[in-house]
Amino acid sequence: MNGGYDELKNEHARRARFARRALAGFAIMLALVAVVAGRFVYLQVSEHTEYSTQAKANRVRLSHLPPPRGLIYDREGKLLADNIPAFRLDVVPDKVRHMDAMLARLAAVVPLTGDDIRRFKQSVNQHRPFESVPLKFHITESERDRFAINQWQFPGVSITPYLTRNYPYGAEFAHLIGYVGRIDAKEQAKLNPDLYAGTTHVGKSGIEKEYESLLHGTPGYEIVEVNASQRPLRVLQRVAAKPGKNLYLTVDERLQKAAFAAFDGRSGAAVAIDPRNGDVLAMVTVPSFDPNLFVNGISRADYSALLDNPEKPLLDRAMRGGYPPGSTVKPFIGLGGLELGLRTPTDKILSTGTYYIPGSSRGYRDDIRNGSGWVDLTQAITQSVNTYFYSLAYQMGIGRFDRWMAKFGFGQPTGVDLPDETGGVLPSPEWKRKTFHQPWYPGETVISGIGQGYWMVTPLQMAHALAALADGGTAHTPRLLAATSDGLEAPVVPYPQRPPVQITHNPADLAPVKQGMLGVVYSPLGTAHGLGAGFPYLIAGKTGTAERYSRTTDAYNTDKSLKYLAERHRAWFICYTPANHPQIAVAVVLEHGAWGGSAAAPIARQILNQWLADTPPSQRPLVIAPTVAAQAAGAAPATP
Amino acid sequence: MNALANTLTARALRLGQRIFSRPRIDLPLAIALAALAAIGLTVLYSASNLDTGTLLGQAARFLIGAVLLVAISRIPPHLLRVWTPWFYVLGVLLLVVVKVLGEGQGANRWLDIGVVRFQPSELMKLAMPMMIAWYLHPRRLPPRWRDLALIGILIALPVLLIVKQPDLGTALLVAASGLFVLFLAGVQWWKIGAALVGLAAAAPVAWHFMHDYQRQRILTFLHPDRDPLGSGWHILQSMIAVGSGGVFGKGFNQGTQSKLEFLPEHTTDFIFAVLGEEFGLVGVLVLLAVYLFIVGRCLWIAANARDTWSRLVAGAFALAFIVYVIVNGGMITGLLPVVGVPLPLVSYGGTSAITLLAGFGVVMSIHAHRKWSP
Repeated sequence: MNGGYDELKNEHARRARFARRALAGFAIMLALVAVVAGRFVYLQVSEHTEYSTQAKANRVRLSHLPPPRGLIYDREGKLLADNIPAFRLDVVPDKVRHMDAMLARLAAVVPLTGDDIRRFKQSVNQHRPFESVPLKFHITESERDRFAINQWQFPGVSITPYLTRNYPYGAEFAHLIGYVGRIDAKEQAKLNPDLYAGTTHVGKSGIEKEYESLLHGTPGYEIVEVNASQRPLRVLQRVAAKPGKNLYLTVDERLQKAAFAAFDGRSGAAVAIDPRNGDVLAMVTVPSFDPNLFVNGISRADYSALLDNPEKPLLDRAMRGGYPPGSTVKPFIGLGGLELGLRTPTDKILSTGTYYIPGSSRGYRDDIRNGSGWVDLTQAITQSVNTYFYSLAYQMGIGRFDRWMAKFGFGQPTGVDLPDETGGVLPSPEWKRKTFHQPWYPGETVISGIGQGYWMVTPLQMAHALAALADGGTAHTPRLLAATSDGLEAPVVPYPQRPPVQITHNPADLAPVKQGMLGVVYSPLGTAHGLGAGFPYLIAGKTGTAERYSRTTDAYNTDKSLKYLAERHRAWFICYTPANHPQIAVAVVLEHGAWGGSAAAPIARQILNQWLADTPPSQRPLVIAPTVAAQAAGAAPATP
Repeated sequence: MNALANTLTARALRLGQRIFSRPRIDLPLAIALAALAAIGLTVLYSASNLDTGTLLGQAARFLIGAVLLVAISRIPPHLLRVWTPWFYVLGVLLLVVVKVLGEGQGANRWLDIGVVRFQPSELMKLAMPMMIAWYLHPRRLPPRWRDLALIGILIALPVLLIVKQPDLGTALLVAASGLFVLFLAGVQWWKIGAALVGLAAAAPVAWHFMHDYQRQRILTFLHPDRDPLGSGWHILQSMIAVGSGGVFGKGFNQGTQSKLEFLPEHTTDFIFAVLGEEFGLVGVLVLLAVYLFIVGRCLWIAANARDTWSRLVAGAFALAFIVYVIVNGGMITGLLPVVGVPLPLVSYGGTSAITLLAGFGVVMSIHAHRKWSP
């Protein structure tokens, strides 16, 4: 009985103890639930705005639509730079767990070179990890198909269609048109991120670089709702990209091709300009390279092959190559003598084979051992008599000489619409002091008279100066961009041109100079005699043969072998036609030419032949027949 | 023969009638559970992108669970108590079997028994408190050191098996359900305090034995921004879902986070976030209130139970139940590391729902037999 009571009492105590513990447990749980509820209040009330924004940002993606790059045409609408559809491999680095392992596996499906991987890793560093980075551009169709089958093995890797730049003419226009390439870190820092969002390529050289702002266009964008795997579900808003402007150049595709072919692979450059307006009709550099190699990333092997080539195919000789101009500058110096009133057209100078500065014993030679006798300006140009110009240059003095030559654009960039043009060198005492810390010697003024010494000219400068002479002393800034349009249906709008500058002031002074240049081609004593044979218009020209090295002795060289001379000489030829109303001016330089007349002049003639074939009959000037040419040649006074 | 069959059928029917005709279940608890099931099915329907198959599957599980609940509620607690050791041994054996030939997502948690895929560790959540209560039932309370040592072994055996699966979250919860029995049995507060201090001291040791993915989860929990697209993704997306829901939510089936698959595991472990996103703070508080009511009711039943085993089982079960809610809610709001703990009776998943309803069957039985002598 007692035990039963104890048990009951015990049971009662157990119940009470349990109730206390249950209550304590409930209180603890209530507190914990309150903490969780408090957390919900914090997230859903205090932080609601922030998380709402994030939820929206989560589901909405802004994707950029890069604009199609403007196309480039020649003056007649032949396509020089095109966009063709291609495919590339893109990688989102964030979605790849083990990058190196993935690349190794991927290489088995789509061949990846060391260059591809190196460039990809560089550009990974330039992007944020969730942005897609191109791995390999322009994959072939079979690579694309193979990847498509295996895509499931490569999360984060995708195929993206894009437009790639294509240059159908390759090497012929490589320096002129230039090329586009992948945007590098330095460019990335300079480019406007709004305009270049989604763009992978930018103009690196030539027209592509100069007119990047016109060619690029304005990007569009798309606001897309995406799911967590970034798959687009629907387009919420879309603003189309505005394509870049199409460019119409002044160059003539056939003339360019002919000029390139005329060199037959020999190193040199040629520039053809329409003297009436400064339109660059052709501008070639030989040797050249295939610009298409650069578009999607040139391989190391290809690039070092170009760099190691002794003929330097990457050098744009036409506007960056500096050559001593040699005798080609004689017409300009002669004209200067007349304009400055130092000579009259009929003043004669005696050429004895050697010229001495008054009071000096150092001799400066003519090309002909015993000289050409008494010559006036016209004869001096026709026969390229050095003594006439030695004495004229000395008479002018280096100050006046330089000021006069600078008017024709020597020593400074022509201002053509291409990037990175060089200005050559028009040497002056100041220039020499600054460059070599040496004084100027009078003999250097003398040899400037025949375009030797430190004087460096680019073929473009030469063509520009010649065009100014041919157009009656009016300098037109050379230009390549003739017109633009906003698409094939849009009107073609002429591109504004800088106004011309009148250089010479007495038109009569030009006549004897031009007469002398006609003689170069048509006089039996002319240095390019015979070049005009069979050509319907009169050609006025001038040869030039510049020394690559200065002479070490005063003795005449007895070695006259062409091979030896070609090693030493730069051969120039400049000419324009038709002589009485010039429509084309050409400057040709051949690096390994023995003589201007024999090596460079035939290249110029081939360019003129093509120009003739190109010009529609309706636009051709009245034929000035070879009979007239013969008269003109006769008109050039013969050597006494 | 025919007569025998007829007799047997008639008897079975009568038995069925006896069990189900006058169910002596606790009405408030039953109503709260039904409300919870309704909320769970609604959220699940939305979270599954209105997939009827998922909805019906879960409803079927609820139905099976309800039948089990009613059936168990008819069994007198003393019988349940007598069967407890066998139930526990069965649970441990199943854990061993699942270890040997189980299948699961990267971990051996599942057992495929033809019709249902089945997770023995869920069974342990019920078997554990029953076993500890069974041990303490005839003994003097509060338990002495010797009892505590034996109970420690009883808890450690299945818990270690679950840790090895590996499923740290479930293991901790199973251990907790056993420890709650000790708490309710009146273990002195100072011993509880000492145990907590000991646990804290053992944490570095535990870290040493953890799997990389478990360490990762804890590191991620401590610094969710460390790796926003990796392991921190789940927590971040879940917090965005909850936070963007605001006070009133985006509305049924309007949650962009779950619809567009930013929210991971949105029908199972992260379903609370779907509710938070679509029904807002109001929905969250209603759900928490329902849970608290269920727990409170279970504790009240426990306090009125007629013997020690009944009290301890019902009480521990109730406390463990609300701990699931707290852990899951803490996890999806970034308060706790990501541990695979479902939201009871809302998350999609068979074993969990059925086991829980069976557990409520035990509670119902305790309630129904509170005045009966064994």
